[in-house]
Amino acid sequence: MTTTTAVLDADTLRGLYEQMAVIRATEKAAHDLFMKGLVKGTTHLAAGHEAVAVGASAALRADDYVFATYRGHHHAIARGATPLECLAELMQKATGLCKAKGGSMHLTKAERGMLGSYAIVGAHLPMANGAAWSALLRGSGQVAVAFFGDGATNIGAFHEALNLAAVWKLPVIFVCENNRYMEYTPIGSVTAVANPAADRAPANGMPGVIVDGNDVVTVREVMADAVARARTGEGPTVVEALTYRHFGHSRTDPAKYRPPDEVAEWLARDPLLVARQRLEALGVAAAEIDQVDASVARSVAAAAQAAQAAPPADPAQAYTDVWADGGWAWRS
Amino acid sequence: MAELTYRDAVAEGLAREMRRNPSVVCLGEDIGAAGGVFKTCVGLFEEFGPQRVWDTPISEQAIMGAAMGAAMTGMRPVAEIMFSDFLACCWDYLANEIPKARYMTGGQVTVPLVVRTANGGGLGFGAQHSQSVENWALAIPGLKIVAPSTPADVVGLLASAVRSDDPVVFFEHKGLFASKGEPAPPDHVVPLGQAHVARPGTDVTVVALAATVPMALAAADRLAGDGISAEVIDLRCLVPLDMTTVLGSLERTSRLLVVEENPYQGGWGATVASIVADEGFELLDAPVRRLAAENVPLPFADALEDQVIPTVDKVVAAVQRLSAY
Repeated sequence: MTTTTAVLDADTLRGLYEQMAVIRATEKAAHDLFMKGLVKGTTHLAAGHEAVAVGASAALRADDYVFATYRGHHHAIARGATPLECLAELMQKATGLCKAKGGSMHLTKAERGMLGSYAIVGAHLPMANGAAWSALLRGSGQVAVAFFGDGATNIGAFHEALNLAAVWKLPVIFVCENNRYMEYTPIGSVTAVANPAADRAPANGMPGVIVDGNDVVTVREVMADAVARARTGEGPTVVEALTYRHFGHSRTDPAKYRPPDEVAEWLARDPLLVARQRLEALGVAAAEIDQVDASVARSVAAAAQAAQAAPPADPAQAYTDVWADGGWAWRS
Repeated sequence: MAELTYRDAVAEGLAREMRRNPSVVCLGEDIGAAGGVFKTCVGLFEEFGPQRVWDTPISEQAIMGAAMGAAMTGMRPVAEIMFSDFLACCWDYLANEIPKARYMTGGQVTVPLVVRTANGGGLGFGAQHSQSVENWALAIPGLKIVAPSTPADVVGLLASAVRSDDPVVFFEHKGLFASKGEPAPPDHVVPLGQAHVARPGTDVTVVALAATVPMALAAADRLAGDGISAEVIDLRCLVPLDMTTVLGSLERTSRLLVVEENPYQGGWGATVASIVADEGFELLDAPVRRLAAENVPLPFADALEDQVIPTVDKVVAAVQRLSAY
């Protein structure tokens, strides 16, 4: 596993810590609202995965492209979606990020290059290739990043995407959030290699890097290298970030299939704790970090309140946005 | 002016749009120096080079995903899926991704792409290379569906498809590639969703698409000898579907035959028939008839294939029965 001796300055790291705290608080709010019956359908919470989204995002330009999965709240927020618009979407409000037409699994913030959350496993890896190909054709210098789970490494689209990215030398980075479980099944029990993403990279002509996905500083460092490779025309990279879900797979899954020792071990390496330790090592007072936590808790609580008070989805919106003209007419 | 083949019309239509807009790029298997397995991309690689015409591996999902991602970020990709049967290998993109991206993001993204594919039977390619699958696409709201019947329409409809900000599935009929017709005039554009009355008539309306259009026209010629005047409507598109032209024709003829090459079960003619039943029932003097492929996998031998897909003889017989009703 790649570790780093890189150290961020305290101000930058405090900023990343705050972003992670916002994601954590928003996921907790989403969970609580779901348990109260105010969030319908399903949710796939990313609490525990914050360092992957925030560390990677910190290595990107504002105009780079990001594609995420149905476990994608953290990526939407890391790219600039607000807790209010995300929670409003989850609660089927007219003011939701996607006008309440997407829901938890499809959070998108296109104006910030976050081009969607996709709920068919693996489908967005080829799309990220397309955005990277477009950047290449336009000479824009942009890169594209696809975030996906360990479960996606056994579907055809993953393998087709890696091969084409290498053949076309695309400026794309494939970031696997390996949280050890494909839904309820240990990924190792259904995968022929030990490292489901990184071990497949060499066979497709690109480097595969394994990184501590709970350390935002290391993720940022490894991503910066991969992004630099992509921008300078050296082609794609696979980054496998080792991390862990704090909640179950989805909805109310209590994740009883995970051994208690394993859960305890990973909770002790909570990405927020790791970042806090790094901040304290840089001389930031614990009280100052507590203040960040308190301020984030207040702002996300206010967002949850505002989202609950927002107007519900307008039924007329069911008939908009099918076609580019805004409508849904399919015949004369 | 020299006649143009349907096959060359595809390359002509693509070249016109590529000259007009540098954002138009093509990708697919064997479409570069090889010019496409159906030779529908001949000359493109030579004229536009490897930055505009991209050979891909046999990776239909990678092709469709690349087209989608590029379309979302400022390009106008035209992807070729060699045989329409292979759409099944990347159906996720046509069923779940491309037609839903705009809607489920609340209008945040636009996917202006064209998927071209060789569709249809009659050439003895067997069960996995002969299907007419336009009805697969019709099952998915959010896709525009085009299936031209003449070389000029190939050029004009391709222009509209490439310029459309919506995703378009463009079915080229394998059985028509060698057919010839009038060349397309300069700047020829045929709007999506406007059917064409290919032959006016007064007794029976025959609604057709792609290869069933020349089939219906040949049948109409023979029927004229029997004193039956068949009006042949070339739908050109399934979405948008021009029911105004169909219902307008029924006001004159009061009899409808739909000729479709996809299977009877779930075929597009069922949608046309149901709209006519809903909105044109009082125009009818006879039951609506559908002539479609039989509900079997397509067999290899000519005699077997002809047995189960529409033919001129079957159209003639169906119109005669309708006319006598």
